[in-house]
Amino acid sequence: MKNKNIHRLARDAEKADAPILVSERYARRSQSTEIWIQFRRNKGAIVGLVLVAILVFCALFADVLVDYDNDVTGINISQKLIRPCRAHPFGTDDLGRDILCRVLYGTRYSLSIGFVAVIIGMAIGVTFGAIAGYFSGLAEDIIMRLTDILGAVPSTLMGIVIVSALGASTFNLMLAIGITSIPEFVRITRATALSVSRQDFVESGRAAGFSQKRIIFFHVLPNCLSPIIVQTTLRIASAIIAASSLSFLGLGVPVPAPEWGAMLSIGRQYIRTYPHLTLFPGLAIMITVLAFNLLGDGLRDALDPKLRR
Amino acid sequence: MLKYAIKRILLMIPVILGVSFLVYFIMDMAPGDVISVIAGDQNLTTEQLAELRASYGLDKSVFVRYLLYMKNFLRGDLGTSYITHKPVLQSFMEKFPATLMLTIASILVTIIISIPLGIYSALKRGTIKDNVALVLALLGQSIPSFWLGLILIIVFSLNLHWLPSGGIGGIKNVILPALTMGTGMTAILTRTTRSSMLDVLRQDYLQTARAKGVPEKKVILKHALSNALIPIITIAGSHFAYCLGGSVLIETVFAWPGVGRLIVDSLNSRDTVMVTGCIILKSTIIGFILLLVDLLYAVIDPRIKAQFAKGYKR
Amino acid sequence: MNKESLSESILEIRDLTVHYEVGQEVIKAVNHLNLSLKKGRTLGLVGETGAGKTTTALAIQKLIMSPPGVIKSGTVDICGNKIMELSVKDLELIRGSVVSMIFQDPMTSLNPVFTVGEQIAESYMIHEGIPKKQAIEKAMKMLETVGIPRNRASEFPHQFSGGMRQRVVIAIALTCNPQLLIADEPTTALDVTIQAQILDLMRKLKEGRGMSMIMITHALGIVADICDEVAVMYAGRIVEKGSLADIFNHTKHPYTEGLFNSLPNIRNRSMRLIPIPGLMPDPAHLPAGCAFAPRCKYAGSDCTAEQPEEHWISDSHMVACAAYGRNGFHIERHEK
Repeated sequence: MKNKNIHRLARDAEKADAPILVSERYARRSQSTEIWIQFRRNKGAIVGLVLVAILVFCALFADVLVDYDNDVTGINISQKLIRPCRAHPFGTDDLGRDILCRVLYGTRYSLSIGFVAVIIGMAIGVTFGAIAGYFSGLAEDIIMRLTDILGAVPSTLMGIVIVSALGASTFNLMLAIGITSIPEFVRITRATALSVSRQDFVESGRAAGFSQKRIIFFHVLPNCLSPIIVQTTLRIASAIIAASSLSFLGLGVPVPAPEWGAMLSIGRQYIRTYPHLTLFPGLAIMITVLAFNLLGDGLRDALDPKLRR
Repeated sequence: MLKYAIKRILLMIPVILGVSFLVYFIMDMAPGDVISVIAGDQNLTTEQLAELRASYGLDKSVFVRYLLYMKNFLRGDLGTSYITHKPVLQSFMEKFPATLMLTIASILVTIIISIPLGIYSALKRGTIKDNVALVLALLGQSIPSFWLGLILIIVFSLNLHWLPSGGIGGIKNVILPALTMGTGMTAILTRTTRSSMLDVLRQDYLQTARAKGVPEKKVILKHALSNALIPIITIAGSHFAYCLGGSVLIETVFAWPGVGRLIVDSLNSRDTVMVTGCIILKSTIIGFILLLVDLLYAVIDPRIKAQFAKGYKR
Repeated sequence: MNKESLSESILEIRDLTVHYEVGQEVIKAVNHLNLSLKKGRTLGLVGETGAGKTTTALAIQKLIMSPPGVIKSGTVDICGNKIMELSVKDLELIRGSVVSMIFQDPMTSLNPVFTVGEQIAESYMIHEGIPKKQAIEKAMKMLETVGIPRNRASEFPHQFSGGMRQRVVIAIALTCNPQLLIADEPTTALDVTIQAQILDLMRKLKEGRGMSMIMITHALGIVADICDEVAVMYAGRIVEKGSLADIFNHTKHPYTEGLFNSLPNIRNRSMRLIPIPGLMPDPAHLPAGCAFAPRCKYAGSDCTAEQPEEHWISDSHMVACAAYGRNGFHIERHEK
């Protein structure tokens, strides 16, 4: 009886003092179930998760659902500019292509651009943010100044500049948006890393002789995860808007690609006579962005310790 | 306090330099030869092209050109447009008031809607009304602004014929663009107001006020709101700066003759001088506005003000 | 409001019950509480955290936050004003003028964006209807009364230390000469030395104005120092009340005994502290009988069946303990 109590006290003490170094397995298992329970309670978050799942499914299996050559890019002038009807639920565009098929295929572009762009931004931003937060001093100052410079240019304009400099292609679009995402990641990571680095377990790691790199990547960063995860999700939402914005301005994916922003740009020319061209791609953007925003908000609520009762 | 302001202004200088170099450098990589655009239809020999190039100073390395550019920049000369042959600064100043007007109109719309809505939402926390407001806010945040603009044009301009579909003019022309630009801002500011109010509503000093006999309405609008406004104002300020920067899309959709349109048009005609100059100027202005917002924050929160008075950095 | 007789009753609370409805649970914070206070007297309301002391204090001015708090029953009478029946507007007139309250944590009780002068002056402006300039002038005088130089009226709360902020809070409470001052653990958040200063200040002010006071505290030392009467609360009920001498020298209730036993005895340093075993019951799941019975060493079957009756030992001394219904029962802590 006595022994059990002592073990429990010791384990609790471990959990309290060293969130990651010791009792990782204990902390992780109960933490993730706890987070999932909190997440499940938020109806909006569930809706977001389901929507994202559907969108990812569409993107992955787009080739199966839709025939690229015929439906997406096949020009069929005789069928052009048909309003929504049974054969073409979303209508057809100015080159006779079925809009429903193009919108569906467009998930592939939007999601891939969103994901890759944010991964680029995250990889670079988080690394530098962690370095800045952990080392402080000169390294921090330099990194933060550079971040300020990068962030000083409004993201839309920056995207425009990079794409027009590098040329309009899907990859350049991902790169441009990724670069504009860096400052936010740096700032958030630095802020969290700063407070985490001051905690005792980091000091004990140093005393135990761990290398700086090990401490940063295995001890500091894992504790910064929550805001980074939330930011990543929300950033995907803004990346998708940025991608469609740039495509709308003609600076995105090359022409026949069924990217939603590009489709809106075409639709704009026919806005007076055939408004259906504008309706559906925009709706698609909105629903996709909404899904990621819901997911991101849900994650933020579930992961935020302050909100736990 | 003044010392802090001056220090911040001085700190901005390296940032402006960095931005100008970054933009200049990237724009320089842009494909397309300006010279051929300028030469146009004239069939010039290679030597004449080279001469033309040298006359525009385009034969030197990018670093040298950048330094020359900055030398002129500091004298207020941002170069002359390759296409219109007007000084860049002049073109910018011609178009900037339009962008400014649009942004101010949209932020007014935003403030009028989002602050009362946010307060209401906070007071009715958890009820259906609150949830509806939150859902609307989320929708507003998720709508792509240019699409919203197009939809509004379809509904209000092409179908109902109430409002014009573009161009600058009187109040009627500002409404749709301002609403479009303001929607995203309204959504975010409503949520900010709500969470700021929720934070403040938990505070003890409100109970002190009630125990004094202050009527409930005054407790909310005077005692609570004055505290909640602090973060709201700073976020509104940074959003103002963000909208100023992102006006490109709205101006394109509504054919609004502002700086955003100028940049896009110049981009299409490969007028790199204009693009570079405009972006640098815009970024600088936004930077100053953000600085003002930071200083404003210090002015309205007596705790921060006291810190500055003692010379601490925030 | 007549101020005729000195033995005039300032406060009468009858059968007060306050619940907090949070989701599915009902937290029974205050249960059928009876309390009264005469003019010029100071009552010490004693109990552990969670006993319901603050809720009682808030209920007196009907300051309970309405969701989730609900006043289920009871009447409160302050100088003839029937609090539970008054309209919101009338309540606002009474709060701050007839009855005033001082809250526990001075660090968070003051509004950070207004000067202390403005916060004191606001009370004058509301209750006396005078213009701002005059009110600030009166506020500065009030600051001097609580021992703060008058020119500090234009400073903000964060520029003051904890003890000085509490003085400001006291100044705000006293602006309109209230008949009743409720002080909710006013010194708990302060250093011991500052505590003594604040208590001294409160005693002086109270005597100078003939004010009645309710001092909410969990520290028996403060009670001994400043109170005339004591009421001991447990799980939302008053388990023993009486004059200072009654409670300290003729302790009757086992819980009160437990409180005294938990204090170190300065005369007998080597004596062991006897803590009260167990914890206070969850106010959402109170037992049907005496709430203290599970922790009481005198508990019997008569205690758990139903709520104990009130036994009046003398005119002033009441104890709610079923054990006193048994013949010859007394707790171990004897008369001094």
